[in-house]
Amino acid sequence: MTSVLYDAPGPRAKRRNVIFSVGFFVLLALFLWWIWRTMDDKGQLKWSLWEPFTTSDAWTTYLLPGLANTLKAAALAMVIALPLGALFGIARLSDHRWVRAPAGVVVEFFRSIPVLLLMLFANELYVRSTDIPSEERPLYAVVTGLVLYNASVLAEVVRAGILALPKGQTEAAYAVGLRKGQTMTSILLPQAVTVMLPAIVGQLVVIVKDTALGGVLLTFPELLNSRSTLAANYANVIASFIVVAAIFIVLNFALTSFASWLEGRLRRGKKSTGAVLGADEVELNPAEVRGSFGTGADGAIR
Amino acid sequence: MFDFLEGYDVLGAFWTTVKLTALSAVGSLILGTVLAAMRVSPVPLMRGFGTAYVNIVRNIPLTVIIVFSSLGLADIFGMTMGAPDDFKLQGFRLAVLSLVVYHAAFVCEALRSGINTVPVGQAEAARAIGLSFSQSLRLIVLPQAFRSVIVPLANVLIALTKNTTVAAAIGVAEAATLMKTMIENEAQTLAIAAVFALGFVVLTLPTGLILGWLGKRLAVKR
Repeated sequence: MTSVLYDAPGPRAKRRNVIFSVGFFVLLALFLWWIWRTMDDKGQLKWSLWEPFTTSDAWTTYLLPGLANTLKAAALAMVIALPLGALFGIARLSDHRWVRAPAGVVVEFFRSIPVLLLMLFANELYVRSTDIPSEERPLYAVVTGLVLYNASVLAEVVRAGILALPKGQTEAAYAVGLRKGQTMTSILLPQAVTVMLPAIVGQLVVIVKDTALGGVLLTFPELLNSRSTLAANYANVIASFIVVAAIFIVLNFALTSFASWLEGRLRRGKKSTGAVLGADEVELNPAEVRGSFGTGADGAIR
Repeated sequence: MFDFLEGYDVLGAFWTTVKLTALSAVGSLILGTVLAAMRVSPVPLMRGFGTAYVNIVRNIPLTVIIVFSSLGLADIFGMTMGAPDDFKLQGFRLAVLSLVVYHAAFVCEALRSGINTVPVGQAEAARAIGLSFSQSLRLIVLPQAFRSVIVPLANVLIALTKNTTVAAAIGVAEAATLMKTMIENEAQTLAIAAVFALGFVVLTLPTGLILGWLGKRLAVKR
């Protein structure tokens, strides 16, 4: 796709490319050198600040438990949000207006408010009207916020997945005498779920990233929160940020790569004529499923 | 009925949210376009840099970037963002910087998908009449790409509007910060939450509807 814009370079273009490469390389090197110098000036490159990460203590006491909490919240949120999202996605496709309209309102509402507000609100609600112990509460609040938001995003994914199936599938199901519910559960939904898999894995990245919100604002002991305890102990703010960011990058990059591998595999092995929903459709954190906002995916899934 | 709003500057907080959104949107559009141009350029090093930037930045939580800007950039490296004494302004500018850095990656990806929608023949024709890479990108490809990515860009903008709440992590006085204070101090949790939720619906819903309509109107019909 990139080669669309330029031909195989001739001698002049080759020379120009070399000049550009060298120029860009020099700029990049200067920039990196400047960062290195600044870090050195501020004493951030001292081995004593980085050494903790070579010991098992920093990992077993701070980082790994934090990572475990991040993954726990993400997994819980996904497991709860998925069936809920499927339910609302199907409800939005209902033939009855009194089912379709409220489901649509709920989904659009929770998609348009920030996850952080949902988390803060859930936290306060649990303080006031439940007796969840205060050390458990942040987890509950984080998961609640994530579920409300991601269930409504997944509802759109499910709806888009079902709408992306060829119409003939429904018609054939009716023709062999299946009822509406049977058509949905035994024909449309299984195919839609397969088609949606990459999008669902992609959404996991968004959830993992959003748990960090709970760490800062609700003192949920996830990775970013454990970072501050760690930095308070070893006084290595910059180093701890770099290590934690690297963990997030590796984890999320693995998830993204898995999603796109899955997408490629599904596209190749596809038997039906429906589309495959890629990870990119929902990956935009916390952006919407492709398709115009408010009107749903209107079948424009590519 | 709305007496719980007294003594709180709700409109002011939302105005900060709007300012954060507008400034970050302009910034990330510019940086995102530059990155997208790098990602499709014939220079391998620039392509590599663009790819690395996008893959690294969009896999880091925005919260990490924003908290880093405050604890790392400002406290340790002494980056004052031109406001050494005014901590409120400094926090605001750091939040804008973080939002720009983060969302530029998404703008870049949206634009790149738009560049892909331009038919190969057009670029070939542009080359055939002797346009250079930068000319064909500027005159032929990008104008069409922008028109076809209005809807994805609108989604980035909506996400950006909602993501400004993350600035609450470094105490910028925007809507989420105020809501946190209010629900901790006042009894009407539900009413307060409803007001702030409504505020965000009012901000995001028209954006989506208007830009969605514009996207349909301006899309290059093929």
